[in-house]
Amino acid sequence: MIDIQHLSKRYGNFDALKDINLFIPEGTVFGFVGPNGAGKSTTMSILATLMLPTSGVAKVDGFDVTQHPKEVRKRIGYMPDFFGVYDQLKTTEYLHFYGASYNIPRSEREQLIPQLLELVNLSDKSDVYVDGLSRGMKQRLCLARCLIHDPKVLILDEPASGLDPRARIEMREILKELKQMGKTIIISSHILPELAEMVDEIGVIEHGEMVAQGRVSDIQARLRVKKVLHIRVMDREEELAARLQDEAMVSAVLSDNTGIHVHFSGGDVEQVQLLQNIISWGYAVISYHEAQTNLEDVFLEITKGGAAV
Amino acid sequence: MNWSRKWINPVLDKEFRLRMRTPRSAFSLLAYILVLGLIALGFIYITLYLGNQGNQPFNSSAGRMMFYVLSFAQLILIAFMAPALTAGVISGEREKQTLSMLLTTQQSSATIILSKLFSSLSFMTLIIVATLPIYSIVFLYGGISLKQMIFIFLFYLFVMLLLGALGVLFSTLFKRTMISVIVTYGVGLCIFLLTGILYLFAMSIVQRSYYSGPPTTGTTYSWVGYILGLNPAGALISLFEPSFSKQAFLLQNGNLSSDAPIQLWQEFVLVYSVVIIAALWISIRRIRPVARRKHSHPENGLPGVKTSTGAHS
Repeated sequence: MIDIQHLSKRYGNFDALKDINLFIPEGTVFGFVGPNGAGKSTTMSILATLMLPTSGVAKVDGFDVTQHPKEVRKRIGYMPDFFGVYDQLKTTEYLHFYGASYNIPRSEREQLIPQLLELVNLSDKSDVYVDGLSRGMKQRLCLARCLIHDPKVLILDEPASGLDPRARIEMREILKELKQMGKTIIISSHILPELAEMVDEIGVIEHGEMVAQGRVSDIQARLRVKKVLHIRVMDREEELAARLQDEAMVSAVLSDNTGIHVHFSGGDVEQVQLLQNIISWGYAVISYHEAQTNLEDVFLEITKGGAAV
Repeated sequence: MNWSRKWINPVLDKEFRLRMRTPRSAFSLLAYILVLGLIALGFIYITLYLGNQGNQPFNSSAGRMMFYVLSFAQLILIAFMAPALTAGVISGEREKQTLSMLLTTQQSSATIILSKLFSSLSFMTLIIVATLPIYSIVFLYGGISLKQMIFIFLFYLFVMLLLGALGVLFSTLFKRTMISVIVTYGVGLCIFLLTGILYLFAMSIVQRSYYSGPPTTGTTYSWVGYILGLNPAGALISLFEPSFSKQAFLLQNGNLSSDAPIQLWQEFVLVYSVVIIAALWISIRRIRPVARRKHSHPENGLPGVKTSTGAHS
């Protein structure tokens, strides 16, 4: 559905994108991760026909974004990272404006708009001026706007930025629903860890380069060379921590009030062996498990301490 | 209401709604009529009570003079208003962060630019039409024909279109509304003042060389008149007094029977029509990035390497 080949964008001497290659199949939810200024928004702007690449090709549903921008615009719903609304319009007028801008007949819009407002939980705000909506509501209204022409692809640039936790959850639920509707979604977000269960693939971009790309589980597995084991014992915790530091395959041991965190480079067999050793030393083990790594850890691991997401 | 759906596109519809929902529009209208009304009343007061010690009645020649004064005042007010109303139409959307979403819709660049311009011009037309009751005072005294009045109003429309097109152009080219407004006023100032000053300056030089040189029997009109044709005030006067065009081109003591090569207002309309079309064309081209078409290499039939340097927003 989205096919990017050797895409580059240069501003003067600055390379915003360097030879990006990306293929997103139909119906996939693609999470775009990277620090601020890494090139996420630039890539999305190019896909949204708002910016021209310096070189390379970007296609949406087979249409080149530079050669057939009108066809591409029919197929995409774009939500920028920062956006404004026409404050003097009412919620329904706002959607009517965009619907009409996509050449949807009024009779069709009359039926469509209530459904969209229901999807984004704004049915009770249909007659309210956009000015009077909260940030989260505006964000949801903007999402409804993206959907008005039933696009195949949604390009959502930080759709949950600046939202409180509750509004984030609401946004996540809507996105899950959109996924079920079969939309191809490309999303960059701070809430990727929260979206882990709905994102099929992720791409990690840094300094304009795609540093990792693939299924979330694959990337996690690839990075899990070093696991973190979490151990709790009944007593003599500090003594065990000191003893573990001398063990083979243990690179670091941290101890806090939640227990001992052991950075371990061994496989499953070595992990079992370590547990048997601890028990044989006479420690009463309450729990012994591998700490879960989430997308945020994956991202931090890949970008090696770059700027935070 | 089918006609409105057919003729009013979504951008225009939105612009009309937004424009008329802000109290600023009503205040601008009020302020404009107040200023022009005060000028009219001030003129009547000066003419009736101060100029002639209250002895002379307000006659048709005074009515004619009042029409001129009002028309000039209106022209100056338009020069101030048009850039303010148009120089932010695109950059304002960019600053409010609504432009990118508008540009990803199916509306063409031409629709967006022309609708924005048309909605601003409609509001200015509303203001100009709202000043008609003030003009009706002139008709109480006579001295002006309806045809003249219609011509003057059409001329205003043209000046608004000119300044509006320039405002939209700079609003598209510059990211900040403030810069766009300043540049539009700067260009407006050049059109209104610089052309006039340049005319006077050039005319004085030509006159001097005419008198100091050997006596000639050839042409008695000078190219300098063309400069005045670029000035809105010059064009406006030529609408009041058709003989003014002749005077603008003539050197002193020239042959009054020789015709002006072109009426000043005609030159004004011709030259600035090109400017308007160019400004709108550039705006339409620049609002969205435009890629060069790919060319096929005849040798291998593969698409050529595409590099684009178009604008981006």
